[in-house]
Amino acid sequence: MSDRVAIIGIGWSGFRPISPELSYKELMYEAASRAYNDAGVDPRKDVESFITVAEDFHEGTSIFDEYTPDQLGAVLKPMHTITGDGLHGLATAYMLVKTGQFSIVAVEGHSKASNILTLSGVTAYAQDPVLNRPLRLNTQFVAGMEMNRYLHDTGTTAQQCAEVVVKNRRNALHNPSAPYGADLSIGDVLSGPPLAWPLGSRETAEHSDGAIAFILASEEKALYLSDFPIWVLGIGWSNDSPSLENRNWGVSNSTKDAAFMAYRQAGIASPYQAVDFAEVDDIYAFKELQVLESLGFFRPGEAGPATQEGLTQKEGAFPVNVSGGSLGIGNLLDANGLVRALEIILQLRGEAGPRQLEDVSIGLAQSWRGIPTASDAVAIFSN
Amino acid sequence: MSSDYPGTSLSEKEIQDGTVLSVQDKLLGNFAWDTGIAIGKYLAGFKDGVILGSYCTQCRKTVVPPRNVCEWCYRPMSEYIPLGDTGVVNTFSLCYVTWDVKRIKDPEVPAVIDLDGASPLHGIMHKLGDVQPDQVKIGMKVQAVWKPAAEREGAITDILYFKPIEE
Amino acid sequence: MSMRKVAIVGAGMTKFVRRALETGKELSWQATRQALDSCDLTMDDIEAVCLGTAPDAFDGVHMKGEYLSDGAGAWRKPYMRSYVGGGTGVFVPIQGWYHVASGLFDVVLVVAEEKMSSYYPHAQAAFLTIFDHTTERPLKPNLLWIFALEMNRYMQTYGISKSDIARVAVKNKRNAADHPSALLGDAEITVDDVLNSETLAWPVNRLDVSPVSDGAVAIVLAAEHVAKRITDKPVWIEGVGWNLDTAYWTNRDLAYPRYVEYAARMAYDMAGIKEPRKQIHIVEPYDPFDYKELHHLEGLLLADRGQAPQLVADGITHRDGDMPVCPSGGLLGVGNPIAAAGLMKVAELFWQLREEAGARQVPGQPKRGLAQAWGDLMQVGTVVIVGR
Repeated sequence: MSDRVAIIGIGWSGFRPISPELSYKELMYEAASRAYNDAGVDPRKDVESFITVAEDFHEGTSIFDEYTPDQLGAVLKPMHTITGDGLHGLATAYMLVKTGQFSIVAVEGHSKASNILTLSGVTAYAQDPVLNRPLRLNTQFVAGMEMNRYLHDTGTTAQQCAEVVVKNRRNALHNPSAPYGADLSIGDVLSGPPLAWPLGSRETAEHSDGAIAFILASEEKALYLSDFPIWVLGIGWSNDSPSLENRNWGVSNSTKDAAFMAYRQAGIASPYQAVDFAEVDDIYAFKELQVLESLGFFRPGEAGPATQEGLTQKEGAFPVNVSGGSLGIGNLLDANGLVRALEIILQLRGEAGPRQLEDVSIGLAQSWRGIPTASDAVAIFSN
Repeated sequence: MSSDYPGTSLSEKEIQDGTVLSVQDKLLGNFAWDTGIAIGKYLAGFKDGVILGSYCTQCRKTVVPPRNVCEWCYRPMSEYIPLGDTGVVNTFSLCYVTWDVKRIKDPEVPAVIDLDGASPLHGIMHKLGDVQPDQVKIGMKVQAVWKPAAEREGAITDILYFKPIEE
Repeated sequence: MSMRKVAIVGAGMTKFVRRALETGKELSWQATRQALDSCDLTMDDIEAVCLGTAPDAFDGVHMKGEYLSDGAGAWRKPYMRSYVGGGTGVFVPIQGWYHVASGLFDVVLVVAEEKMSSYYPHAQAAFLTIFDHTTERPLKPNLLWIFALEMNRYMQTYGISKSDIARVAVKNKRNAADHPSALLGDAEITVDDVLNSETLAWPVNRLDVSPVSDGAVAIVLAAEHVAKRITDKPVWIEGVGWNLDTAYWTNRDLAYPRYVEYAARMAYDMAGIKEPRKQIHIVEPYDPFDYKELHHLEGLLLADRGQAPQLVADGITHRDGDMPVCPSGGLLGVGNPIAAAGLMKVAELFWQLREEAGARQVPGQPKRGLAQAWGDLMQVGTVVIVGR
């Protein structure tokens, strides 16, 4: 099947640090019903398959898949759960449409991080139970070690990482869905307490709650239903070794490999020329720089200086994380990738309000499953 | 096809007496789940000694536990209906093993109870009590036994169990 | 109709044991090694990996899909884990199917792994957390409750007796005596053995249940043009279907698994099957408890409602009967490492249709088989139809 696949509907609820008035089901309903409305479809009649991304230990429920269909309108329909990031869910929806068997597919992700009282305890359970966990380290150490090696290998400085925080949290001031907008100085960032040196706590995103849903359609349905479909040009995903002992610290192979797959599909040979703007992972500020290099937008060691020079500002030549990124919006656990893609879609549709970029036609969203994993996904969209 | 299947079987004893090395750990997983609107009302109802359902005006169905969207027509539901605390046993079991695999002599009697006031075949899971195991039947009429009002917390356990209604 | 045909070209599995020495990663690797060897491929030939495994709570590892990824060969490859509870074993080949049918990949590895024994002392306790955290868990429910409640409703609705049901356990455990990987094969077991076994949660007795196990299974899928180069006996995926019912299981009638019917219809439509009872030659429905085989045969439209026990009593579902059901020995006979057990059924069909099932071979050159799994809170049906 060589027909294209488009995003025809988006909806979200949030994003904010706590959401006590709504249960996770009610958050999901809010996001999904907005997405169906945006797409002009009735989930009970028109949507042919549904996907959610979730992890049991984030929900506090085993086989969380059980609790997903009702509030999405998916009862007695083909629905399944992917334990991955929102962009893995998006890739799944994309594949389903490309089989030719499903013409309208919904994908959803959410976070109720505020309900996980012992999140660091849960995250520590993702470490290898025999080799790593007995060391009783807060899992953030993995990010600290990776940052340390990245700075060492590329000559990137702590100041340059802090610039990412300043940029993204200022960008968030123009995003009504972002709770962590702030006008900080480099000094403010660097003077924060250390978290896992050299990683500082002010370079690490706080968590947020929320839900987000996308509706995908085959080209034929998209042209029929939508005035402004946003096309998926390419989508890729990849894993590196989960083992900390086997890792190439300082380099994100999983980002590179995922991007390579997406660029190949999109027919992109020079990413910096072809792509107009990007939304990438910045749960840890250094990651934005490392990922930009792994995505091929900058050579190793050049993302830091480029950020310092303002290239990745909203007014710059290559805007990155105009939405505020995770630093500005919050870490939404498994939903992060969809939050990255959300901004791309809004910008390409011309619906980004005060954050609107001029003349954009191709945007890239990248996300990562977070510590201690090495699992990335990349999606490229165009209008 | 290879007829040699890999895989090595161990016995419980080999782990317990250390013949095979093992590592033990416990997950620290504490959660505080926001009940939200629908379940929040449901639990508040329990505190008042009332089981609430919700009503879908499109499908004309009263369902329980209440929810803020009808899963059949996808319309929002915002009418909460007090149901009776009596009902009919839809199915039950006599369970001699606890959730953490301990043997018990007197069985627990979990059941699905179709509640009076809800649409047919709509009920909740709970336990039966005050009944001889061999007397329990599908179709039996039962009544909730509540904790005294002062002890209720707004939880499903505010109902201690359901017992048979004497005819 | 699917534009791109997809075939199973290789399969492998580990023994199913109560408690394996091997870690989850090692089990995955062993099954993968077997599957690759069976079709003379290496990991370099594999373009993407799909993994299926049930609750993370068993292994005690959060995001266990990531932890298992290297065991499943997913180093520097596109990798995803799908998860639909007990239905996962038959869902993960569907996941592999859409990877290939989408046109994105030509050769995909599908792995299903389960290491339930890590949960100490008994994996059953982990199932407390599948119940609703607010409206059900405070009652301290038990996995056995779900099955017992459903079995009771099924028996009561159709007037089916425990001995009708016990015949399924006997058939499957006897079949499993011919399966080299089986944990629970027993060539001598009788209906009385089952009825006299300890009552766990009436109406469920110990021998009605397939117990906690460890194990892994792997299959290799390939697009048509590649499949024909790899093997001269590709087994085609002709239809897939899956369906998820409401989480509000106390608002449904448990006597009939309508979500299995919907999944089956989706698969039959895709495969162009109009008369399943004639056109399906081997059935591998999910049988974690013996009554489930009957329940599922009805949901699959292979027996009228309430009539599946008659098929068993009449010998129709025996290996040499008109419609062999669980010739592998099923979960009751081979073991129940949840996700691996489902994929084992698909692997069984692969071997059966290629006449490679040894002592378990169904006679008469079967050409088409159906595998089905079930899971969540009595909610999900997953179906795969394969053919030569």
